[in-house]
Amino acid sequence: MSMETTKKKKMSIICFSGDFDKLVAAFTLATGAAAVNYEVNLFFTFWGLNAVKKKKNRRFTGKGFLARFFGFLMGGLHNVPLSRLNFSGLSPKLMTFLMRKRNVATLPELIQAAILLNVKFYACEMSMHILGLTKNDFIPEIREVLGVAKFLEYSEGGDRIFI
Amino acid sequence: MTTFKLDITKDHCPMTFVKTKLKLAQLQKGDILEVLLTRGEPLDNVPKSAMEQGFEVIKIENVNDNVYQVSIQK
Repeated sequence: MSMETTKKKKMSIICFSGDFDKLVAAFTLATGAAAVNYEVNLFFTFWGLNAVKKKKNRRFTGKGFLARFFGFLMGGLHNVPLSRLNFSGLSPKLMTFLMRKRNVATLPELIQAAILLNVKFYACEMSMHILGLTKNDFIPEIREVLGVAKFLEYSEGGDRIFI
Repeated sequence: MTTFKLDITKDHCPMTFVKTKLKLAQLQKGDILEVLLTRGEPLDNVPKSAMEQGFEVIKIENVNDNVYQVSIQK
């Protein structure tokens, strides 16, 4: 986009928790940092993978009966729970309503902004293997499926945050 | 050289400077973006993030009590 002569600052966030509020925190940091010209990497692992599944509702995704059943229980972006006071999924909906009312970006809007700002998305190979998921089960913005070594390489020299 | 407008008076962090950055990305070099924003976080951060990206903040004026117009040249 713009010409850079100096090296870009970098922030890498491990999105482990698939909780609604923690995903909002992660994507707020990611978009904010990208907007002030940081290079931003998001590594989705375990529960965090739910936020970037292609199917946003509960579906039997994955390979094998147990994995498919677990995949159904975990659900997608539309099922991410609030970390406290979830009330069987009612609270995230109420929270989204409040966010809209107060003109604060909702989770899908933040994700869209992150994509537009060229935030780089990656998925964890090991947790995908446990859950029987393939790269095809995720949104196309997932650039690569990787492990710890690649994570260390890509996040080298920047801030590393675990959410 | 064209002048564009962006109203972020109703937005909050991080969308204030996210929207500004995305809008600036669509502009040609030399174009001007006039951003309407409120005092506080947006007024502190939007000019700063524009400068950090190498753009020039050419004017900041007070439109009314709480609203400011920041002119940024790409």
